[in-house]
Amino acid sequence: MREGGGGKGEEGGPGIRTGAAQPHPPSPFPLPAIRMDGIEKSFGAVKANHGASLEVLPGEIHALVGENGAGKSTLMRILGGLIKPDSGRVEVNGRDVTGWSTNDAIAAGIGIVHQHFMLVPTLSVAENLVLGCEPKTRGIVLDHKHAADDVRKLSNETGLVIEPERLISDLSVGEAQRVEILKVLFRGARILVLDEPTAVLSPPEVRELWTVLRRLRDKGDTIVLITHRLDEVVEISNTITVMRAGQTVARVKTSETTPAEIARLMVGREVSLSAGKRVQPSGRPAGAQPNQGLEARNIIVMGSRGIRVIDGVSFNVKAGEIFGIAGVEGNGQTELIESLAGLRPVFAGDILIDGTDITRRSVAQRHDAGLSHIPEDRHRRGLILEYTIANNLILGVQKYFSSNGVIDRDRVKENAIRAITSFDIRPPNALLPGRALSGGNQQKVVVAREMGRGFSVLLASQPTRGVDVGAIEFIHQQLLNARAQGKAILLVSAELNEVLALSDRIAVMYRGKFAVVMPAAEASEEVLGEYMIGTKKGNVA
Amino acid sequence: MSASPLTEAKVVQPTFAAAPWRERAEEALIPPVVALLVALICGDLLILSYGQSPAAVYRMLLEGTWGNAYGFGQVLYKATTLAFTGLAVSFGLRAGLFNIGGESQLAAGGFAAALTGLVLPAATPLVFALLICMIAAGLAGGVVGSVPAYLKTRFGAHEVIVTIMLNFIVLALLNWFIAGHLHVPETLHTPEIHAGVLPRLADIDSRFHGSAANLALIVAVLVAVAVWFYLFRTRGGYDLRAVGLQPQAAEYGGINVGRVWMRALTFSGVIAGMGGINYVLGYKHYYEDGFASGAGFLGIAVALVGRNHPFGVIVAAFFFATLSQGGLAIHAFVPKQMMDVLQGVVIIAVATAVPEVRRILRGARGRRDA
Repeated sequence: MREGGGGKGEEGGPGIRTGAAQPHPPSPFPLPAIRMDGIEKSFGAVKANHGASLEVLPGEIHALVGENGAGKSTLMRILGGLIKPDSGRVEVNGRDVTGWSTNDAIAAGIGIVHQHFMLVPTLSVAENLVLGCEPKTRGIVLDHKHAADDVRKLSNETGLVIEPERLISDLSVGEAQRVEILKVLFRGARILVLDEPTAVLSPPEVRELWTVLRRLRDKGDTIVLITHRLDEVVEISNTITVMRAGQTVARVKTSETTPAEIARLMVGREVSLSAGKRVQPSGRPAGAQPNQGLEARNIIVMGSRGIRVIDGVSFNVKAGEIFGIAGVEGNGQTELIESLAGLRPVFAGDILIDGTDITRRSVAQRHDAGLSHIPEDRHRRGLILEYTIANNLILGVQKYFSSNGVIDRDRVKENAIRAITSFDIRPPNALLPGRALSGGNQQKVVVAREMGRGFSVLLASQPTRGVDVGAIEFIHQQLLNARAQGKAILLVSAELNEVLALSDRIAVMYRGKFAVVMPAAEASEEVLGEYMIGTKKGNVA
Repeated sequence: MSASPLTEAKVVQPTFAAAPWRERAEEALIPPVVALLVALICGDLLILSYGQSPAAVYRMLLEGTWGNAYGFGQVLYKATTLAFTGLAVSFGLRAGLFNIGGESQLAAGGFAAALTGLVLPAATPLVFALLICMIAAGLAGGVVGSVPAYLKTRFGAHEVIVTIMLNFIVLALLNWFIAGHLHVPETLHTPEIHAGVLPRLADIDSRFHGSAANLALIVAVLVAVAVWFYLFRTRGGYDLRAVGLQPQAAEYGGINVGRVWMRALTFSGVIAGMGGINYVLGYKHYYEDGFASGAGFLGIAVALVGRNHPFGVIVAAFFFATLSQGGLAIHAFVPKQMMDVLQGVVIIAVATAVPEVRRILRGARGRRDA
């Protein structure tokens, strides 16, 4: 709190600009902290990096953006020594380190904070931090006090406040992430790489993270931020590197660009950033079949340890409506969707589709009743990665593509051609296995399948997670079209923007209950954010 | 350039281009071929350590198996049983289930075939009798296979444990039945069947004289074709493979995973059980205690080397049959147990080579492209 860099009250204020100007060392041509040039890396026939470059100045926050499969992660894995490039040159602080090992990278002060936490849940914060370099007193006895002191000191210096004695399993996601950042700093990292750090955070937690990152930057640390979210890029970074198809296509100063331009560079064409929602007023267009949508009455779902992960949730989604559920992940959204889809038993309550009680029906019977489902995890559930695109496009509807138990291959083929063309799935080869596609195209396969069949209710769970800007726009448009056709859509998303932009009504889920249900017109990121972290309790009994 | 709007999308014609055949062939064939080479080298060392010439021994091995009609007939006969048990194991594996019960399912099938052949009057028309005996064999194997299937689906009992334990139970029951009730005095086999004898190849071509090869071989090939059609052309096969690859995605797709498990393990048992006809209907014409010994377990290796593909399994069955018959041919020079060692080496090499070879291949291809 000594310098102006910390503190909460300064977001968006002049503090940023001074902060951005400050970090560059006096020399007019500072030696870059990271310089990667002409990086080539292939995995089999796939060129993950094809002429990728990156130049990061010391003491800046550098955003690395690009669509899924653009090669950002590969580039960072090369930097971290996890893989070796086929060709190209990597320099850190002016030293040629091409093809170094992970240990070399750590020793040189590179710290990578992965998207998935790598912490031991049964150990304390301090114990996790000193794992691998434990301070010992007598022989093999771990010096807890010393470790805790070290951690507390670092914690104070950086503003990453956390009690060293707490167990990891008791921490929130945001706190666990703080520990991850502390962990790399504890090992002496001065160049931090954060891979999609905000994917799991609520808006207030994101603001705290920004504060910490700015403070680290002002201290002289270098930060590389991998992200999809353009608003974040603009808010936090000094410089932006854009990658597309394994190549670096641009390196721009944040102050000299706009989100629309970055999006265009990422996708290679114009994209609209706000989903144009109000295509048609809410309600069913004339002539559509009677459709009562989805109704859930007092749903209770038990978790693994006898806890109610869903504790009495009731709602209805009308035809021609998008009902959005916001919330920090892990508050029961997954369980709710799974129980609606028939993948998880409900302990009590009723689920109705178009007025028919389907609470005790199987997944297949729910399909027949008019339920469609875009699952949150396409790798685990949504796709069979070894199956071809054509075969993936009939998962769940395979019975309509067979006669007398034999698959009608002509119709599978026809269906694949239609889906690949209308959803622009790339590469457009129906016989490629699902695993060969990028995340965005895999998601297009799932969306094409689920929205391509007759349905009246759609469960859309994180429909654009890990999907690139171009595909997000497309998927949003599909959801809005379905809404205009009188479908009832339940949308669950960790992206507040998405929920706000698409929904007619919004519920916030907190600890297995709805904290609030409100019309989208009354909602904003700030209002929802407070319900998401539980500081505000709402109108739901 | 500037006139064309950025949003203009190219119209791409979707294709159905399978991976180049060469790539697929490499993927499918290289691991077993590498395994074979490793086994050959190990074999060389073993033969040399016996003070014999590898070239001479291998020549003898080939002459004794593929080199003359009798030896070849014996290879065909041995391959037939292995094809059945290999197909059975691979069918289960396609659904993600490990059926180690081939041993007892094969025995139960053979026993049922013999029993049926004993009950049917000698005057029963051949085709009819064969059909009944085969159905009986398949049913018996299926009944044995359905036990682990049910226990897994209903109670979550692991199929590996249940099938192993069931081997002991079923074999002991059969032994008790034969020894206590149905054996020809001084032996451990049933009387000869009255009906349902499968013609031998020697009846068709006299050069096969003396060898046990019989028309069960045709049945095995037909079963392989049927398994292939089921797995890759039917909705049931689509569901079964989906469950084997990603059970959670299958569940999401409305596939009843338990029902698929039930079906996969039961039919795995049916296929193994049908293998019993080779010995009982085709060769000895009676059920003998212990006839199936080893063939059920070797089926696991056959499925593995055959890469779980029905046609691969047939090829692998021939390979293992050759090793086993070849052991007899070279017994005068080196102990035939050497072939057991080689079988073991092949199995280990394939199990190791599959992921490893794939990785190396991928690396080589990457370098070529770069």
